[in-house]
Amino acid sequence: MSPLVQLAAETENPLVPPIPELVIGLIAFVIVFGFLYKKLIPNINKVLEERREAIEGGIEKAEAAQTEAQSVLEQYKAQLAEARHEAARLRQEAQEQGAALIAEMRAEGQRQREEIIAAGHAQIEADRKAAAHTLRQDVGRLATDLAGKLVGESLQDHARQSRVIDRFLDDLEDKADAPSKAEAAR
Amino acid sequence: MSADPTQVLAFETDCHIFDGCGFPAPGLHSFLFEPLWGDGDSNLYFNKTMLLALLGSLVIVGFFWAAFAKPKVVPGKLQMVAEAGYDFVRRGIVYETIGKREGEKYVPFMVSLFFFVWMMNLWSIVPLAAFPVTAIISYPLVLAVIVWVTWIALTFKRHGFVGFFKNITGYDPSIGPVLPLSMTIEFFSNLLIRPFTHAVRLFANMFAGHTLLLLFTIASWYLLNGIGIAYAGVSFVMVLVMTLFELFIQAVQAYVFVLLACSYIQGALAEHH
Repeated sequence: MSPLVQLAAETENPLVPPIPELVIGLIAFVIVFGFLYKKLIPNINKVLEERREAIEGGIEKAEAAQTEAQSVLEQYKAQLAEARHEAARLRQEAQEQGAALIAEMRAEGQRQREEIIAAGHAQIEADRKAAAHTLRQDVGRLATDLAGKLVGESLQDHARQSRVIDRFLDDLEDKADAPSKAEAAR
Repeated sequence: MSADPTQVLAFETDCHIFDGCGFPAPGLHSFLFEPLWGDGDSNLYFNKTMLLALLGSLVIVGFFWAAFAKPKVVPGKLQMVAEAGYDFVRRGIVYETIGKREGEKYVPFMVSLFFFVWMMNLWSIVPLAAFPVTAIISYPLVLAVIVWVTWIALTFKRHGFVGFFKNITGYDPSIGPVLPLSMTIEFFSNLLIRPFTHAVRLFANMFAGHTLLLLFTIASWYLLNGIGIAYAGVSFVMVLVMTLFELFIQAVQAYVFVLLACSYIQGALAEHH
């Protein structure tokens, strides 16, 4: 009989545990439990916790970023609306100012035109008067010269003293004015 | 057990059908091993199952060391696999039975238990090893006793001396005159039979599974002669089918063992029921 068969004959009941196998079984399990309990499971639990926090932190960060983006967007929109208002206001102002300027320039132009016209009239009047005065003197002198040549002696002093010529000329003017006055009256 | 030497180890006998020798059926002798070291008569020896048990421990520790020694927040492949296994026991078994608050403390124990049992079962289909360590009663018994001691200690701690007896005898005055009978049955059931069934459930499953695998493996070899070759093919297909089936049973038995352990612990922590 082989030793194995003897062994089988001795311990036939498979439910009776041999002591050495119990001991080794215990040792084997304690090795596994020891390593897992002391080191490996605390290790992985820590990392799982970190991962959970990282994921939650990531979500929180994303939410914060979204909120910030939203607020910035609203800020921009508000600024844009304000800028539009400002632009509209400036345009309005510019239009008003432009209109005012145009009106002012027009008034100024009108005023200058009237001034120029008035100055022209005054000039013309002054020229006319000067011409009339000069003409009167010349006519008087010419007439006196002519009469002196005819009479043969100088009548100038006498004429000046007697104001004959002036009277004559005044009469002439009166006669010249009369038909024009009559014309105006008609 | 007959002491026919031809029935000792199938593969040592070059025996085929029609050669005039009987079928070397597997039996209890298939679960006995000559010591690799020491003397089988004394209590100082070392055999194959012990070697496999220790090797299995090293495999588990090695695996989890590789996965969890320097764990990353963003896990690698190995860590992911190990985490899946860890999470399965933690959430799938412990949290489900004991609850998250009270159960967290027992997670390392239950994870160790699950992977230890599973690894010992797995040896069954590992080439060269080809033997489920848990098919030797010693190993499941050790584990069952550890669970049993934990359970008793916890019950004492939680409920005190009187509470302990009320708890394990299912003391409930409302059931009336059958109370003594009920308490006696419960006492034996909980205190004495429970660790036995806990261990034997695992042991017997693996024992039977290994016997079936052996039966078809031996038959495949034995039938390899003449017309028997056709049947050997069928038998070999059965070997493959049974191997797959064993793979499933090994995981299921590890799961059941840990589930029961958890439900015992839960019973100890619960108020009187």
